[in-house]
Amino acid sequence: MTISKEQAKSEIRPEKIKIILATDCGSTTSKARFFKKLGDEYRFVASGEAPTTVESPFEDVTLGVRNAIREVEELTGHKLLAPQGIITPSKGGNEGVDLYVTTSSAGGGLQMMVAGVVKNMTAESAERAALGAGAIVMDVMAVDDGRRPHEKIGRIRYLRPDMILMAGGTDGGTVRHVVETAELIDAAKPKPRLGVDFELPIVFAGNKEARTPIKAILGKTFALKIVDNIRPILELENTDPARNVIHELFMEHVMSHAPGYNKLMKWTPIPIMPTPAAEGKMFRTIAETYNANVIGVGLGGATTNVYSMYGDKFVRTVSANLGMSYSICNVLKETGTGNIIRWMPFDIKEEDLRNRLYNKMIRPTTIPQSVEDLIVEHAVAREALRLGFEHHKLLARPLRGIQRRRTIADIFEQRAFEETYIDMLHVDWLAGTGGLLSHAPRRAQSALMLIDGFQPEGVTKIAQDSVFMMPHLGVLSTVHPKAALEIFEKDCLVRIGVCIAPRGVGKDEEDVMKIVVCMPDNSILEEHVDFGSIKKIPLKEGEKAEVEIFPFRGGDVGRGSGKSRKVVVEGGVVGIILDARGRPLVLPKDNDERKQKLIEWFKALDAYPERLYEMYGG
Amino acid sequence: MSSQAYTPGLKRKAATIVRQMRRLPIRGEVLVKKGDNVQADTIVARTFIPGDINVVNISGLLGIDAWETSKYMLKKEGEEVKEKESIAMVKSFFGLFKRYAFAPVSGTIERISDITGQVLIRESQVPLEIDAYIPGKVVETLSNEGATIETPAAFIQGIFGIGGESKGTLMMVAETPNEVLTAKQLKSKCNGKILVGGALVTSDTLKKAVKVGAKGIVVGGIDDRDLTSFLGYQIGVAITGQEDISLTLIITEGFGEMGMSEKTFSLLKDFDGKHASINGATQIRAGVMRPEIIIPRPELTTEEIGDFEEKRKFVEQGLLPGTPIRIIRKPYFGALGVVSNLPVALETIETESDVRVLEAELADGRRIIVPRANVEIIEE
Repeated sequence: MTISKEQAKSEIRPEKIKIILATDCGSTTSKARFFKKLGDEYRFVASGEAPTTVESPFEDVTLGVRNAIREVEELTGHKLLAPQGIITPSKGGNEGVDLYVTTSSAGGGLQMMVAGVVKNMTAESAERAALGAGAIVMDVMAVDDGRRPHEKIGRIRYLRPDMILMAGGTDGGTVRHVVETAELIDAAKPKPRLGVDFELPIVFAGNKEARTPIKAILGKTFALKIVDNIRPILELENTDPARNVIHELFMEHVMSHAPGYNKLMKWTPIPIMPTPAAEGKMFRTIAETYNANVIGVGLGGATTNVYSMYGDKFVRTVSANLGMSYSICNVLKETGTGNIIRWMPFDIKEEDLRNRLYNKMIRPTTIPQSVEDLIVEHAVAREALRLGFEHHKLLARPLRGIQRRRTIADIFEQRAFEETYIDMLHVDWLAGTGGLLSHAPRRAQSALMLIDGFQPEGVTKIAQDSVFMMPHLGVLSTVHPKAALEIFEKDCLVRIGVCIAPRGVGKDEEDVMKIVVCMPDNSILEEHVDFGSIKKIPLKEGEKAEVEIFPFRGGDVGRGSGKSRKVVVEGGVVGIILDARGRPLVLPKDNDERKQKLIEWFKALDAYPERLYEMYGG
Repeated sequence: MSSQAYTPGLKRKAATIVRQMRRLPIRGEVLVKKGDNVQADTIVARTFIPGDINVVNISGLLGIDAWETSKYMLKKEGEEVKEKESIAMVKSFFGLFKRYAFAPVSGTIERISDITGQVLIRESQVPLEIDAYIPGKVVETLSNEGATIETPAAFIQGIFGIGGESKGTLMMVAETPNEVLTAKQLKSKCNGKILVGGALVTSDTLKKAVKVGAKGIVVGGIDDRDLTSFLGYQIGVAITGQEDISLTLIITEGFGEMGMSEKTFSLLKDFDGKHASINGATQIRAGVMRPEIIIPRPELTTEEIGDFEEKRKFVEQGLLPGTPIRIIRKPYFGALGVVSNLPVALETIETESDVRVLEAELADGRRIIVPRANVEIIEE
């Protein structure tokens, strides 16, 4: 199957492709995006969405895909569907497409378990590899994880993963502990989640000297694949071979057993990609295109995916139970009502908030009709983003197990190797995607959610996906990078603006930032920002301005404490956002003061309808 | 250009054909044939799941190297052992001292590892059976997996539930759909019953229901705090049905105090005293699984259910002018009405989102505009 798909992929001639249809089968909804070559460039034309139908009573993913495509047909008058699938190749006029591609995270996506010998070393590397391949990691097992063998066996049985990635031992290192894990997996005899005839795929990416016993133990019962060691030596993490084979097995073993996927696989000549893998590919495109450090986030209904492209490192994490629809109550559970209420400029009873969120969980496709309800969802989103990033930082950290010599600078800065290597002062882009961010009625709302959730420091570009099409473009880029990049630049990536925020906390109402802006018309603008406030300078998309930032003594915008910085910034839908609310961000403790501040901040960015300020502006 | 439209709906039917697929999680033996009549507790399929594994660290216990393990074993792979039976022995000091390793459980030696020095003992297989859940006729068997049972029945879906499958007799406790179900109302006569309440159930009432031996509770709403207090933990993701509780709870409307819909309430009242099969299992994601109440009605003839398929087709058409609906989100949560108009173009709502909306005439005469995503079709 893979070979024929790869062949088909290589036979695609990009220059012949004029009409493209891409779908994503998400956990809750299937989304169709329709692209066309208009003149010399590829552009986004229309989208359609419908509930995903991978589970009972439908059990055929193509039904939901058809419904989503039917919406595109209705909106464009372009005929796309035939009884046997997608009309391809295009028949000219308004019928058919030249290329159909798709991604999928339906049915919970690719659910994996990973195992290694030492929790902080090989097991952590295996976790990064599985996450990078777009999987949800259900559990990380290690010899030193504190659980007894029978507990681990019980856990494997209970979780019923789609695939297991086993690492452990450097080449020439321990064999015994690696084999011990294999014995536990074999003893657990995990039953498949999809289809009774499913042979559970296991990827072994550990000590090469353990390959023979591993084959003897696991080779007969499982679909075993052996790849290069993920940690051949302690100083090196080599996740690519494992990641590639996970993608291959996802198609061959997992997808082919999911209801309706055999049909869907026949519709497309391109391998189906896990949604997060495709989404991550586009975030990497931003990093590569602009040679920048990028943090990306996909805030979905079920999960929150965070990606960081920092220096030469790419890390993806998924917070499997932090989402905005059917796992919204898990955000509540993890953060508590107080942390959600702090983002609302009005009083709400805890009980009311909790019941609202529980009602959203059980009716996940409903949308806010009132501004208050919208603000409740945005408050939860800030917490989901914050928690997702906290989780991400735990994995975006230096390799363990390596002896390091601490430099004088490390000692002076009290830098610990346990901490993340991501320094927010050096993050150039912060970009978001996912239904809630893409569908926010005003872009300033997504800007504030991203800023409050991630708290960027220094000078950071803020961007977002226009109508949620990054996964679609990610899979398209595997066969037609030109089309994917053109659409990405013109129709997908919305430049919201730039956030300028000094690191550090000032005193109340103290002037903490002066900024001198040379506007595109050469006029000079000087702004002073008091601590605890936020301001906006309009600068349109496509416009550039030279700014000089003078932070307060103790504030850092990337050049050291109290030092000024000169930089050319690009505009966006919102413009230049001057955020002097402190890093870490400080919310007033007094309830009335806090609500007043929120209203001030929303007003400063023109984030919500006027009605809100009239009602709660005091 | 983009568009979104959803028309979720909960089923509430007095007469329909209910089909239940009863499937083993792994291959096994099917015990019924197509055409058989079964009772709710008839076992339709059976299998055995592998027993638990116990790991014995032989090399550690006997003080030998891992690679020597096989040498000192008294039992071979595949041999059965009894609890406390010696399975390995090492002699030292010219055979004067013997050290033994014993089986911690009865079972079969599954693996002796000369790499890890461990021995794996598997306990006996555990039988796993599935019953018919509803009385009816076997209309299909699934080779080595299970069977599909069919029966005429009344069928009601809830919005959220906890607890798995249960069977019992329906008993109306509330007199109106808007009253709160209290612990005082529950007496010993509730034993074995599926109790129907009104707008709210509290944690105390749930605990009392367990005490009197009720099988289930069907009620309009619950406060999340009461649910957490009853379960002992907070639910974060709506995937339920596996809770370790003796009572199945089905919520028909949502969280908070919510009067049970008149139609659901009167339907349940019509079947007071009848036998029912219920399941609280809820899974809110693609292909949503909602909790259900099935009241078998074997007395119904095919003609009486006659127009079932036709009505079903009507519902499958989705929203049309005249379709009865219920609003499922604030500010009109719970309001009933009928669709009066379905504008094709997207409309800007108060949040400034451009969405597909519908115009509805509510039962109280108000005419409102709501996002289509915020209504559910009332299937009658």
